[in-house]
Order: sequence, then C-alpha cells, then structure tokens
Amino acid sequence: MATTTLTKAPRGYDPAAAKPFLEQFDRVKDGLPGAGLSWLTDLRGQGHDRFAALGLPTVKNESWRYTNLRALDKLSFQPATDAGEAVRFDLLPTVRADGATGPRLVFVDGRFRAELSSTAGLPAGVELLNLADALTRKPDLVAEHLGRIAAPDDQPLVALNTAFLADGPVLHVPRGVTVDETIELVFVSVGTEAQPTAFHPRGLIVAEAESRAVIVEHHVGLGSCTTLSNGVTEVFVGAGASVHHYKVQREHTDSFHLSHTAAKVAGKGIYDNFILTIGAKLSRNEVTSVLDGEEGDTHVSGAYMVRGGQHVDTTTFIDHAKPCCTSREVYKGVIDDQARAVFQGKIIVRPNAQKTDGYQQNRALLLSDTAEIDAKPELEIYADDVKCSHGATVGELDDDQLFYLRARGIDKDTARGLLIGAFLSEALEEIAEESVRDAFQSYVANWQNAR
Amino acid sequence: MAATTETVEQVRAVTEQKYKYGFTTDIESDVAPKGLNEDTVRFISAKKEEPEWLLEWRLKAFRVWQEMEEPRHWAKLSYPPIDYQDAHYYAAPKTKDRPKSLDEVDPELLKTYEKLGIPLREQEILAGVEGAEGKSPAIAVDAVFDSVSVATTFKAKLEEMGIIFCSISEAVHKCPELVQKYLGSIVPYTDNFYATLNCAVFTDGSFVYIPKGVRCPMELSTYFRINQANTGQFERTLIIADEGSYVSYLEGCTAPQRDENQLHAAVVELVALDDAQIKYSTVQNWYPGNAEGVGGIYNFVTKRGACRGRNSKISWTQVETGSAITWKYPSCILQGDNSVGEFYSVAITNNFQQADTGTKMIHIGKNTRSTIVSKGISAGRAQQTYRGLVKILPKAEGARNHTQCDSLLIGDQCGAHTVPYIENRNRTARVEHEATTAKISEDQLFYCRQRGLSEEDAVSLIVNGFCKEVLKELPMEFAVEAQKLVGISLEGSVG
Repeated sequence: MATTTLTKAPRGYDPAAAKPFLEQFDRVKDGLPGAGLSWLTDLRGQGHDRFAALGLPTVKNESWRYTNLRALDKLSFQPATDAGEAVRFDLLPTVRADGATGPRLVFVDGRFRAELSSTAGLPAGVELLNLADALTRKPDLVAEHLGRIAAPDDQPLVALNTAFLADGPVLHVPRGVTVDETIELVFVSVGTEAQPTAFHPRGLIVAEAESRAVIVEHHVGLGSCTTLSNGVTEVFVGAGASVHHYKVQREHTDSFHLSHTAAKVAGKGIYDNFILTIGAKLSRNEVTSVLDGEEGDTHVSGAYMVRGGQHVDTTTFIDHAKPCCTSREVYKGVIDDQARAVFQGKIIVRPNAQKTDGYQQNRALLLSDTAEIDAKPELEIYADDVKCSHGATVGELDDDQLFYLRARGIDKDTARGLLIGAFLSEALEEIAEESVRDAFQSYVANWQNAR
Repeated sequence: MAATTETVEQVRAVTEQKYKYGFTTDIESDVAPKGLNEDTVRFISAKKEEPEWLLEWRLKAFRVWQEMEEPRHWAKLSYPPIDYQDAHYYAAPKTKDRPKSLDEVDPELLKTYEKLGIPLREQEILAGVEGAEGKSPAIAVDAVFDSVSVATTFKAKLEEMGIIFCSISEAVHKCPELVQKYLGSIVPYTDNFYATLNCAVFTDGSFVYIPKGVRCPMELSTYFRINQANTGQFERTLIIADEGSYVSYLEGCTAPQRDENQLHAAVVELVALDDAQIKYSTVQNWYPGNAEGVGGIYNFVTKRGACRGRNSKISWTQVETGSAITWKYPSCILQGDNSVGEFYSVAITNNFQQADTGTKMIHIGKNTRSTIVSKGISAGRAQQTYRGLVKILPKAEGARNHTQCDSLLIGDQCGAHTVPYIENRNRTARVEHEATTAKISEDQLFYCRQRGLSEEDAVSLIVNGFCKEVLKELPMEFAVEAQKLVGISLEGSVG
C-alpha cells in the first residue's frame, strides 16, 4: 500500500484520531452493502487508507484553522444500530403545503426507511432510490459516478465517508427531463442513549443534459443523543441542465454535522446551492462547485443563525475551470451568546478561464459580547480578463435603523427582531423556488421567536 | 546588418533602463567568513563592540532559530531551498577608523550615493533646497552600505531638538537604556524564522528617538544598499516616538544586478506613545531579477508598529516594485485607546517576481481604527498575493476597520490573489472588507491611445491612476520617484 510508505503525517493532520473509526471499519466492512463489488471495495479501501494516513484535520490545517474537531476525539462514536427503527414519526419536515405528498426519501441515522419514502409524482425514467438498492439495481450508474468528484486526497472526512459509505440518496434525471415536483431528502438523527452514534450518508445526484430538478434536504434531530453525521454528496450537472439544491439543517444542539457537497457543472449548466444552518453543536458545510464547461453558472449561498455554544463553519470553493462562467455567492449569518461562526470562501480562476464573472459577499451580525466571527474570503486568480469581487462585513445592528423603528413606537426587542429578520431575508432572496423560500423563512421566524 | 545592430542597441538601452541601480561599487570590504554559527554571531557583535547583554540576546535568538522551521507552507511563494551557510553575514567597506566627517569617507562610496541620487553632503542639500524655491524641508539621511551605516546627515541639527537619529550600532553605545528597553519589545526574538535570524545577525540599521512633544522638522530617511556579492543584509530599525511627537520616516533600497539570489531579512520596530504619530514610507526597489527570473533579492521582512499610547497613530505606506520574492506584512498593534493604524500599499510584480504581502491590524484598545488600502498590479508571469489579518479582540469596543484590496492583471500568464483573514470578537466593532480584480479596460486604453499616447505610456498612466489613493500618501519627493518607478516596473509587460 502506498500510504504505508508515509513516514510522517502531512502537516495539519492528526492520524492518531483515525484509530477509533478504523477499528470499527474492520468489524463492519464485510456487512456493508455491495461488499462483493470489487470496484466498490477498492474505493472504500482508498478512503480507508487515506483516512488512516491523515486522521482528522487539526487547526494547523489552513482549511480548518477556525474549526477544532478535538471534541470528536473525546467521544467514541459507534456505527448506527437498529434503535432508530423503533422511532415513529408523526410528521416529517416538508416544504410542501399541508397534506400534499410528493417524491421523498427518508433516512434515519443514515439508514434508508422505505416505508416512509415515496417516488410518487416523478416523470418516467427518473430514478430516485437509496444507494444500497442502487448498487444492485443501477450498478453502472453508481460505478460511473461515485467518488469521481469528491476525492479523498486531502479531505480526510471525505476519506472517512468513502471508507464507510453504505447508504444515502441516489437521483438520476435523464436527458431533457424536467422534474416538476420538488424532491425531498429527509435525514433524521436519532442515535442511542448508550453511546454516541456516527453515520456517513453518501448522496449521488446525476442530472443529464438539459434536465432540471429541485431538491430539498432536511436534516433534523429527534431526542438529544449525541450523533455525528458525516455526509458527502456528489452532484453532476450535465450540459444545459439545472439543479437547485437547497438544504436546511436543524439538528439538535448535541449533534455534530459535517457535510461535504461537491458539484461539477458542464457547459451552460446551472448549479444552485443554498444552505440554511440553525442546529447542531458543531457544523461544517463544505461546498465545492467546479465550473467545468463554458458558460456554466453556479450560486452558492446560505444563511446561518447560531446561539448558545454552537459553532458553525461554512467553507466554499468555487472553481472557474473554463471560460465565460459566472458564480454568485451570498452568505449571511447571525451569531448570538457564545456562538462562533466561520466563513471561508475561496474562488479560483484557472489560467484561460477568461471572461469569468465572480461575485461573493458575506455578512455577519454579532448579537452578543461573547459571539465571534472569523471570515476568510479568498480570491486566487490566474486569468486577466475577469471580473471578480468579494465583500465582507461584520458588525452589530445599525443604531440608526434601530432608532428609526423605535421612534415609531416599536419596542427594542421587536425592532431588533425586525432588523435581524430583514438582514437574513436578503440571503433567503437567493432561493429561486418560492415554496422553498417560504418554508425556510418560517424556520428563520421560529428561531427568532425562540429568542 | 545595420538594422540588426540598431535593434541590439535599443534592446540594451531598454534593459539597462529597467533597473538603473544595477551597478556595483568596487570597494575593498571587510567580510566575515561564509557560514552561520555562534562564532558568526560573536564576530558581528565583536565588530560592533556591543555590550554583553546584546550578545547574549543575539545568542538566545540564534539558539531559538536553529530549532525553527522555515515557513514554507502558507505563503504563495516558490523558491529553491536557501542555503543559510553559503552567505556572508557581515560585509563592511574597509576603513581604518570610523570616519569623523564626510571628507574621510571613501570617495568611491560617496560616488555610489551620488549615482543613486542620495544626497549625503548637507551643504549641497541645503544649497539645492534653497534653489528649489524653498518648497520642501531637507531630508536627513542614514546611508547603510551592506552591513554598516556609512554616514548620517543632519545629526547635529536634529540633536539640538533632542532628536536622536543615528545608526543602531551607534545608538547601542549612545543611549543603551532606550535600545535595551525597546529592542525586541515589538518583534520578540522568538517571533518568526526570519525575524529571529535577524535578531541573531543584524548588522546595522537606523535608530530614531523623538522626544516628548517634538515634531521632527525634516523627513528622516535611511537608504539601504546591498553591494557585496553573496552577502545577506539584515538590518534593524527602531523608531520611538515619545508622547505627543511626530516623525515621518522614509526608507529606500537598491542592490546591484547579480545572477545569484541574495537574502534580505530586516526587522523594523515602531513604538508610538500617547498622542504620538509615526509615518513610515518605503520605496522598495531591490533588484527584481532579470526578465527570465534569474537573480534578484529574496526579501523577507518583519515590520511591526505598536500604538502603545492613547490617540497614537502609525501609518505604513509602501511601494513595492523590486525583489524576486517579497514576504512582508507591516502591521499595527493598536493597544492604546483611540489609536489609529493605516496601511497603504502598491505592489507591482512583473516577469517572474513573486510577492506575498499585506498587513495585520490587531485591535486591542477601545475605539481603535484601521484603514487598509492595497493595490496590486501583476504582469508578465508574476504571482502576487495580498494576505492580511484584521483581528478585533473582545475589549476593542467600537473598533473600526475598512479594507480595500484591488488587483489589476496585465497579461494572461500572471496571477493575483487575495487572502484576507477577519477575526472579530467584539459585537460593537465594524469590519468591512472589499476586494476586486480586473484588467485594464479596453475603453480606458482606447481613450488614451486615441489621444496619441503610446500603449506603454497609456498603461503607465492608467496604473498610476489605479494607485493614486496610495501614492498620494507618500511624501512629495518619494511620490514623484514612485510614479516613475511604476512606469519602469511595467515596461515590456504590454504589446
């Protein structure tokens, strides 16, 4: 094995932290779905070896300088058990109108729940199924795409996910097909009282040329057991296709939520990503979008609201690999109590990616004296005929605006609430789908009401 | 045939103009043997007849340095390994005794400074100024040649006001209590690889002390010149502005054109006490290497100012056109309440130059304010990075920062990068950062060309406009020089 020749771990990684996870790997590997497929065994092996060599990133790692994963070391995470199966749901989160149904996949602690899922309303030819099933029903599709964009090389958590990959959503939209119904992917974290639980959902979205789909991911928690969700999703956007990918994370505040979404956009394709983060004790959303064909377009935006001792990390990477592409990024966040937010956004413009238009903005509001924001917007540009800009502001609510509202007889708390709501709304405006935007607005309102 | 000869002549003329400071001075030098060990440190200290405490401090630094790792992982720079043993750490023009007046200084040296346009003869400067309609006051100059300061002008006049302006070696003897109190108090000997190396082997540099309530009547300036081959230059500058004082300080640098790379690792420390102001301007024009990327200075510099007192202000202005590699982050530690930090920078990289430069503004005191304006121009195959940190600590109530970083790309082989870090731990602080990257617009070029400007002149004009916000911060004499430099640095980058 190549990795055994590594005498010293690369800077910024702690290989010792890999051990507890690797011990489980030997126990579970034969029971993983598709264990008989040699390509899949190889892929998992690559993930395993890479994770063994790297371990968890430390704050000496440039990409992790503001997010410390030491808290994970102290906990001994075990693979998910059947415990979640017993859990009954009265109501699953949805962006649909009351009583309406539509295509939906449900995963509890990373495991697929067929009885809660549905493929109703999908046009002919569209495949929506879980990865474990897809390995038998659509093995070629999976083999062709899995692990092609999210490479484990310098991403230890992707490596960890790849080693353990077992289940998750798979969506295939054939050429020229438009899916009118919003596809919902629901991830419920339950865990067990006995021990912290870890799972590694792996998603795959393949939108062929000229197709269109709208996907909403819900991540919610039930109870208060400690869980770690370490998800990876790969998104292939074909030529002229458009994928609108929205996510809301409302896990409970004892959970860890690590997520990596990697998209590759072909010529004239559109990849539109929005993430709303409200929950989890520690969360990190890493989104990478590679504009791999001319005239591609990507939007990577989001909003976050954190309080108490929460830590939220947003790390984005937009890669202008081909000429004439556009990218737009708008992130807004509100940080209260002792919470801490991290925003790292990098835009790279490769040589020859002329006529690039890149825009990035991130703004944060600090609501308490102990809140903290760390931001690192980054431009790396190797082509001259480009238009790129980024802006970042951090601060508190504007006194003049507060005064204006209070002068009109609005009490201080209400006035603050209005301004915070308006501030976040600007980010939510980036969501093109109205039903999704309305649902996300209501999550924001609920968060504010809980203040 | 004739045409060919003419072309060759023209090319030669252009190349020579590009770096007009590339000549060498043939002067006998006193050089330390190559290599770096404790004996080298002792040698330098002995040459300078330093007190025991300073030698001990140097040795402590050297021991720390030996354990340190060269920082190669984060800056966007690439260069072959540096052999720290393959260089001289001390080189000084040979003199029997320390010259008592300029008349005793080697005429070769004086000629060098004449060629560089640096006035060392006070009478001449005064005569010159009177002739120039008395528009600006004279400039006091400390000229550092390789490892030593060769002359400092206007010392007597400044002394009348209590201002100390001399080489740091002299200050060690003249006012040891001030040097001991402040040396290493802003950049400690454990700070970073290059600064620690500097602590161990620094040779000379300038020392400035402005007493309470004194407004320094003239610009103080130091002119650094590397001449000797295979030497590193490690100068150390310390400026102390006591309560209510003001000083404007200029720094200029050049080096001969050589094929090998030379190391320059300076440390500059500034201290501003209550209500004091320091304005520090640099025009860095070290030899950048030739058009193929051969030769040039490796410039690894640590510059840091501490606004210790209330209402104090430190302002850094830099025009960076030289060096093969620039690694430099002039910073302000804003400790005193209401203190102000400023950073104005123009960095131009052409051919194979690489620059990773920016600033750090650390807000500690209440109502501290900082402004960052960085203009980067990248041409040829150059790579340039703005790297900056704005850090607001919990007690910095009402702190403000505004940062503007603009990059201009000329040609499709170069790169321009922006890596700002913003860390805010105070709710009432307001931090704004903006960055843009673009190229010279066709419209602007067309407009200038249409009025009969050549393409190069047009580019120079546009770039000067792009940098105006920063250039206007420079003292007048420097601003004119800097504008010309902008044009020269970009020569050959268009068309």
